[in-house]
Amino acid sequence: MRNTFSEALYKAASANPDIYIVVADISPAGSMAKFRDQYPERFINVGVAEQSMIGICAGLALKGCQPFAYTIATFSLYRPFEMVRDDLCYQNLPVTVVGMGAGVIYSTLGGTHHTQEDIAIASALPNMQIIAPCDPGECTEATAYCATQKAGPVYLRLGKAGEPNFTDKAVDPWKFGKLRYIKRGTDICILSYGVIMQKAMQLAERFEVKGKSVSVVSCHTLKPLDVEGVRDALGRHEQVIVIEEHAPQGGLAPRVKQVAWDIQARCRLDTFTLQDAFIHNYGSHDDLLAAHGLELGAIAAQVGAA
Amino acid sequence: MHDLPKRNFFDVEAARQRCLQYRKRILDISQQVQALHIGSAYSCTEIVDTIYHGLMRLKPDGTSPDTFLMSKGHGCMIQYVILEDHGTLSREDLDLYCKPNGRLGCHPDYGNPGIEASTGALGHGLSIAVGMALAERGRKTDGVIYTVLSDGEVQEGSTWEAVLMASSLGLANLVAVIDNNDFQSLGRTSETHPTFYPLAAKFEAFGWECAEIDGHDTAAIFAAISGRQGRRPFMLVAKTTKGKGVSYMENVPIWHYRSPNPKEYEQAKVELEAGAS
Repeated sequence: MRNTFSEALYKAASANPDIYIVVADISPAGSMAKFRDQYPERFINVGVAEQSMIGICAGLALKGCQPFAYTIATFSLYRPFEMVRDDLCYQNLPVTVVGMGAGVIYSTLGGTHHTQEDIAIASALPNMQIIAPCDPGECTEATAYCATQKAGPVYLRLGKAGEPNFTDKAVDPWKFGKLRYIKRGTDICILSYGVIMQKAMQLAERFEVKGKSVSVVSCHTLKPLDVEGVRDALGRHEQVIVIEEHAPQGGLAPRVKQVAWDIQARCRLDTFTLQDAFIHNYGSHDDLLAAHGLELGAIAAQVGAA
Repeated sequence: MHDLPKRNFFDVEAARQRCLQYRKRILDISQQVQALHIGSAYSCTEIVDTIYHGLMRLKPDGTSPDTFLMSKGHGCMIQYVILEDHGTLSREDLDLYCKPNGRLGCHPDYGNPGIEASTGALGHGLSIAVGMALAERGRKTDGVIYTVLSDGEVQEGSTWEAVLMASSLGLANLVAVIDNNDFQSLGRTSETHPTFYPLAAKFEAFGWECAEIDGHDTAAIFAAISGRQGRRPFMLVAKTTKGKGVSYMENVPIWHYRSPNPKEYEQAKVELEAGAS
């Protein structure tokens, strides 16, 4: 996903001389190196200085530029939080804060490098928009949106590398602020976003083997959430499942439950999230998700897809 | 590319008169509200006046290719009264300062006329100024970014991130002034942080061009900034007195925030007039 982000950003920067990227000591691999080499005056590496990264982006935006701040998610949002709040959100500037490797993707680096609460934190900020693409294809679309929008700040939550594409044959096109049906069924609806979409797709296959008709929906825009779309999904399916790589509070799951309560939804609703806990496990990304309880077999057993 | 020449003359007597009027106007406003950081504004009155009237260039349409950013947002009363003097803010704007129907508060708010960024939380302004300077350089303008910092801000780690970055990027179009009154809210900086000094040497070590002057001497401020070499970011350490011009305010921390009562107000008016004559 980071490579498709870099490629999309490079393309956007080639068309718009006001696009800058301010990075905090992160490897300029792939197209990011191309950006740095071709537009060195617009590639700023502040080093390990994330507060300054956000402040510099604010200054650029106040002068009409379209900057991106880019580093590992914990360091792009948590470390410079007051700068994100005051400099970007309070002043409502079109700066994209890219959180790379969000969730527990950095599975061997420990809890200091895990981003479990970012959606909750970013959602609490007025003016902040939040996008979490589920695959490289959506990452390209989201980056193009961020490079041209003037509505305000965006927190762009990315995976890392090697994610498969799920949306090549999606029913809906990508549109900011709208749920996107990757596949549309009639019985069960799985809502998800980000890299963990892979589990949503695998769970759908298990249901389909059992003869169920399944919708899989990318909730790529978490703020503003497409409440009307969620309402519709809750109303059209007899069972709705939310799977997200985020803490149980402040993410998609509680929002969907809120909407379900508001409309007195009659469907079955199951939610699967990371635990509200710092875990001290290591291994693969899948190992970390399993340690948090997000394991396909366990989810399938709970929702009747085993 | 802007082609406005640098200003090469600064009328010190006119500046003295302006600064007296600005201090008196701030004093008047202090009678409408309980709190307005009067000591902080008096501390940097000459600094901000010199930037606006001696250093920032004016285009025929009244706008400037240069930018002023009040990083020490709590000192914004001096900026407000200057903007009122310019007609950028109205008298009504200042009369409604901190009132329900007004648009001006104790810290500058982006979106208000003449205000380039929302500051108030300390340690934000210098990074923002670095970004602005980068944007000007990227567009190949000669716009200069001027910013004023407080002593307290220099304690913020974020300020040092920006200090390191500005010189690393070689931002010759960035001029920062520290309103070095040796005070933060609770007391003397030299007491809370004995290693705060020497100050200029720290910035020099970080690759900035530096000078140190009397921050109430407008001629010295003008000469130091306009005479800089201009190949690196420039830091002016301006030695100032918090609450300058009113005896009971000078170097007394409570005047960081509170407003004078009617008796104190009358005394301040007399002292300001006497000091300026």
